[in-house]
Amino acid sequence: MSITNEQMIQMFTTMNKIRQFETRVQEFFADGRIPGFVHLYIGEEAIATGACATLRKEDCITSTHRGHGHLIAKGGDLKLMMAEIFGKKTGYCKGKGGSMHIAAVELGILGANGIVGGGGPIANGAALAFQYRGQDNVAVCFFGDGAANQGTTQEAMNLASAWSLPVVFVNENNGYGISCPTSKSMAITDIADRAAAYDMPGVVVDGNDVLAVYEAVSEAVRRAREGEGPSLIECKTYRWRGHFEGDACVYRDENEVQSWVERDPIRKLEEKLQEQGILSPEKSREIRDALAKELEAAVAFAEESPLPSVDELEEDVYA
Amino acid sequence: MATKTYLQALNEAMRQEMERDPEVFILGEDVGQFGGCFGVTQGLFETFGEARVKDTPITESAIVGAATGAAAMGMRPVCEIMFVDFIGVALDQLYNQAAKMRFMFGGKAKIPMVLRAPQGAGIGAAAQHSQSLEAWFAHVPGLKVVMPSTPYDAKGLLIAAIRDDNPVVFLEHKILYGIEGEVPDEPYTIELGKAKVQREGNDVTIVATAAMVHTALEAAEQLAADGIDAEVIDPRSLTPLDIDTIIDSVKKTHGLLIVHEAVRKGGVGGEIAAQVAEQAFDFLDAPIMRIGAPFTPVPFSPPLEKAFIPDAGAVVGAVKQMRG
Repeated sequence: MSITNEQMIQMFTTMNKIRQFETRVQEFFADGRIPGFVHLYIGEEAIATGACATLRKEDCITSTHRGHGHLIAKGGDLKLMMAEIFGKKTGYCKGKGGSMHIAAVELGILGANGIVGGGGPIANGAALAFQYRGQDNVAVCFFGDGAANQGTTQEAMNLASAWSLPVVFVNENNGYGISCPTSKSMAITDIADRAAAYDMPGVVVDGNDVLAVYEAVSEAVRRAREGEGPSLIECKTYRWRGHFEGDACVYRDENEVQSWVERDPIRKLEEKLQEQGILSPEKSREIRDALAKELEAAVAFAEESPLPSVDELEEDVYA
Repeated sequence: MATKTYLQALNEAMRQEMERDPEVFILGEDVGQFGGCFGVTQGLFETFGEARVKDTPITESAIVGAATGAAAMGMRPVCEIMFVDFIGVALDQLYNQAAKMRFMFGGKAKIPMVLRAPQGAGIGAAAQHSQSLEAWFAHVPGLKVVMPSTPYDAKGLLIAAIRDDNPVVFLEHKILYGIEGEVPDEPYTIELGKAKVQREGNDVTIVATAAMVHTALEAAEQLAADGIDAEVIDPRSLTPLDIDTIIDSVKKTHGLLIVHEAVRKGGVGGEIAAQVAEQAFDFLDAPIMRIGAPFTPVPFSPPLEKAFIPDAGAVVGAVKQMRG
């Protein structure tokens, strides 16, 4: 697997971009400045970053309720995302979707999704369109360990396999479906084992190692582009925050959280890049400072943007 | 004009749209060589091949989701759910995904898909293969809901549904598949949201859907023999609903009876009645009446099923009751 230094620095940048964005959303939510509720991706940045780094603009993704990271990694604009999360008219969805429904079809982002397991069948549909049109694009379905147990996910994997659709199922196993640990929600340890049932490759990777994710998804994407059908990549990870902001996390103990914070996917990459002389501490700081500026611009844009007019309420129900 | 069955009209609509637009394709259970459980897709596999007439596993969520995703990418899928009763296992993909994507995404997506499904009782298919569920779909913003009652309407409405840029739930009444009528050979569309006055009359308005249109027309003939001149209106689509045509009729006849095969409670009859009451109350000489099936699952045994489905006698009785 060849990967250039520039690509690795780009991944480092994307992961930091997600982390900074999510941290800011966390603060805004705590201050009561964001309506509704939010599910943060902090700690899982390596998965969206590594997976989307293998994709082209024309490729599609379906995302989840914990979708901000996927959107950023697929090229989402922080301004339009933050404005949407604020419920502003200038947001990706004109304030009609919010955190759980951000979409940018023009970037191949077929939506975050408020329904656990909702994305798999839709990813198949996008892949079917690629296959039918003879395009070598792929669809990536991000889904969690919770969604892994939904019937829709099994149906989607079966159909993708039966039709050899160019789909990559990227499972983000963060150990909990809200409060329910995977040890209680399934009898197996590795979700990737289910791939065997659909005669597709099933690979387990360290979801906190962006290069491992990149490598596994790259191979799956290659197969998909070449007509060899779908794959399932299970990325073991952990969410540092609760299921949603405000979750008291009574179901897990602080030592467990801390053990995963110590496996910070961003620090892991940063140390590796510094050891290899690819990324200096100065460069790293420069990247973070530039991202902070971009984020502040996004925040300012969201804050200054108007709320939607109530006249728009009934618009866009039908084409 | 050629005489064709309702089923042939639907088949011809799909064939002609597939010939016109290579992005139209069909997917569903047994729609290929088998030709569909009721035969509606017969012959299409032979003409267009398996890339465009796709047999799926028995996997309704994946069918509706594949249609939704492909439609989001600009294709025009026509998916068949073998019996509308099976939509329950796929409902999320329809009402949370396909129906809402455009709105949730701020108008940036189009989902030009058709979900065809036979519904209705009358063939002894019992509780899980005989329901009329149009009220469910009509309650979901983002879906269009179409219910043809004649071969002519079946073809024109299906072509219009395929060309529509929204998810359209296209409900075929299985008891109507064999009925015949005049159907032009060339493609044509019927605008969704335009009711059809199936029989003009001055004394009472009967709004009926799907197979009940024929029941209402039969009742109208019986009423005519008693000197009551009924107007029969088929809305043809419930979303959009052509309430204006119904209200204009009520202003003329001063009476309204709504007839549908779905259970009366919570049915679309209630919605139509409410809209007419809100907009034309002063024109009514009698309370609006509704006829629908009793609030039971569809029974199996022939006498029970027959009793479940509203008949012309019930329509005649209701009109006479309304007129005191």
